[in-house]
Amino acid sequence: MTDTIALREIAHARSGDKGDAANVGVIAYTQAGYEYLDRELTEARVSDHLSQLPVHEVRRFAMPGIMAYNFVLPGVLGGGASRSLRIDSQGKVLALSVLEIRLPKPSDLEQMLPPPSPTD
Amino acid sequence: MSSIRIGNAAGFWGDNLDVPRALCESGRLDYLTLEYLAELTLSILAHQKTRDPAAGFVSDFPHVVRDLVSCLSDQPGLRVVTNAGGMNPARCAAAVAESLRKAGLADLPIAAVSGDDLLPGFDEHLASGEAFTNLETSAAIQEVRGEIASANAYLGAAGICAALSQGARIVITGRVADASLCVGPAVYEFGWDWQNWNLLAAATVAGHLIECGAQATGGMFSVWDELSTKFSLADVGYPIAEIHDSGEVMITKPPLTGGVVTVDSVAEQLVYEIGDPAHYLTPDVDADFRGVTLRQVGEDQVAVSGARGGPAPETYKVSIAYHDGFMAAGQLVICGPNAADKARACGQIILDRLARAGVVLQRTNIEALGSGDSVPGGWPPAEQPWEAVLRVTAHDPAREKLQRFLREFAPLVTAGPPGVTGYTGPRSKPYPVMAYWPSLISKNRVQPHVELHTAGDWPA
Repeated sequence: MTDTIALREIAHARSGDKGDAANVGVIAYTQAGYEYLDRELTEARVSDHLSQLPVHEVRRFAMPGIMAYNFVLPGVLGGGASRSLRIDSQGKVLALSVLEIRLPKPSDLEQMLPPPSPTD
Repeated sequence: MSSIRIGNAAGFWGDNLDVPRALCESGRLDYLTLEYLAELTLSILAHQKTRDPAAGFVSDFPHVVRDLVSCLSDQPGLRVVTNAGGMNPARCAAAVAESLRKAGLADLPIAAVSGDDLLPGFDEHLASGEAFTNLETSAAIQEVRGEIASANAYLGAAGICAALSQGARIVITGRVADASLCVGPAVYEFGWDWQNWNLLAAATVAGHLIECGAQATGGMFSVWDELSTKFSLADVGYPIAEIHDSGEVMITKPPLTGGVVTVDSVAEQLVYEIGDPAHYLTPDVDADFRGVTLRQVGEDQVAVSGARGGPAPETYKVSIAYHDGFMAAGQLVICGPNAADKARACGQIILDRLARAGVVLQRTNIEALGSGDSVPGGWPPAEQPWEAVLRVTAHDPAREKLQRFLREFAPLVTAGPPGVTGYTGPRSKPYPVMAYWPSLISKNRVQPHVELHTAGDWPA
């Protein structure tokens, strides 16, 4: 695992439901990280990570202003929030799962790590 | 006024009841908003209204107003905008009026904004060519016509703005787009043109950021593990959007409250429950979030800029709820070696016993919670836990089959593997399922309606 990183080292995320879909917004901490996500955090990689869930397709949208990619996942809840048989019927915890995706360790990792937070 | 402060004290029906007064007391607010209606809340309220014509609104809200009496008296500029009206804005207004009369505020003007309920005229809408095709599946409405429990258009900010311009201190709507609770006050205060799309988009972003309450101020923040020692959530402050007539927006929270407002906490809320960020559609505007940028301008102060807007859609989004059978879920706790595997085996025993009894359920699911089943396959590998929560869920048109299903859990304690516990407490019950049918209707077929009276004049 030393030649990989977890997505959460370079990004944070939030998820929720929208009809029969859920979305996961993944926000890079830095511009270098955002450019890295463009190459590495593909629709295919997210789809592979969630392969045990009934996702019809994964659609990725760029939000350059906040250095984020929004992933929309139709079908993932298995019938929408009210018909889902799973404990996470509204997709609230999908974000934390996606943040565990392993990515190849970039050579310029230190430029992707979170800057000191304003609460420091 | 060149800027207004809008605080949102409720992100869903069931949110913390102590927050509205606290936010009004320390937030220096011009407007308090409360957002109560999830996608399917109206189907529950519709059911309540069929049993009692005076019900069908968010019953918490008159209690909230009672708690706000001193704020409404002491702060003559404070106004309240909420979608607490649910299926019955007028009766909600009447209940609020009664609270205010008793508190000596009979002069306070209260408005009810209705027109979103499409069910009374549903057949006319169908006859005039509205198809109500399912936006997600393209299925025809005839498939579920007999099962429809509620059908509501998401109205925009226009009705709210009209109510405010008539002098309302409290505006109670039914279904409106969540962000419109913020757009209405902004348009009213600043006299914005309804075609100034960039300004409407800016207020829409502000509304979107605060509509879920504490989710903008540290709630649900995905980096809690790293930051939890640096801010507290027990006393989390709820969000305030400061909107300027130029369209500049700042997100903040009251002083001396817990939580945190940073670029990161606000960014997470910007992406919450959105689809294509280039088209965040509301009845007011087609907002483009792609260029939105966030900047820390002070402690717990984040400036939001860069929202762009395009012409509003010609249609209202419609949320239809229809009856779709019943669901039930049962739980046990399974302990000992290989607890997760054993939990799944126990779940299968339950389904096998039902099958032997001739009970076949339409849809079932077995989970061993504690072993990663919240997102199957979506967590790094881990050793089996020493205990797991077995949860079996079922969906079927027949309530009695689900009652039979729920009886199969307790016998697993004596007639199952060793290590089964957690069976005390009342047995759960099957509950009716409301399914969601998103659709559209032409705007010209829906007329927002404002009814305004003082608290003293609202009929009891």
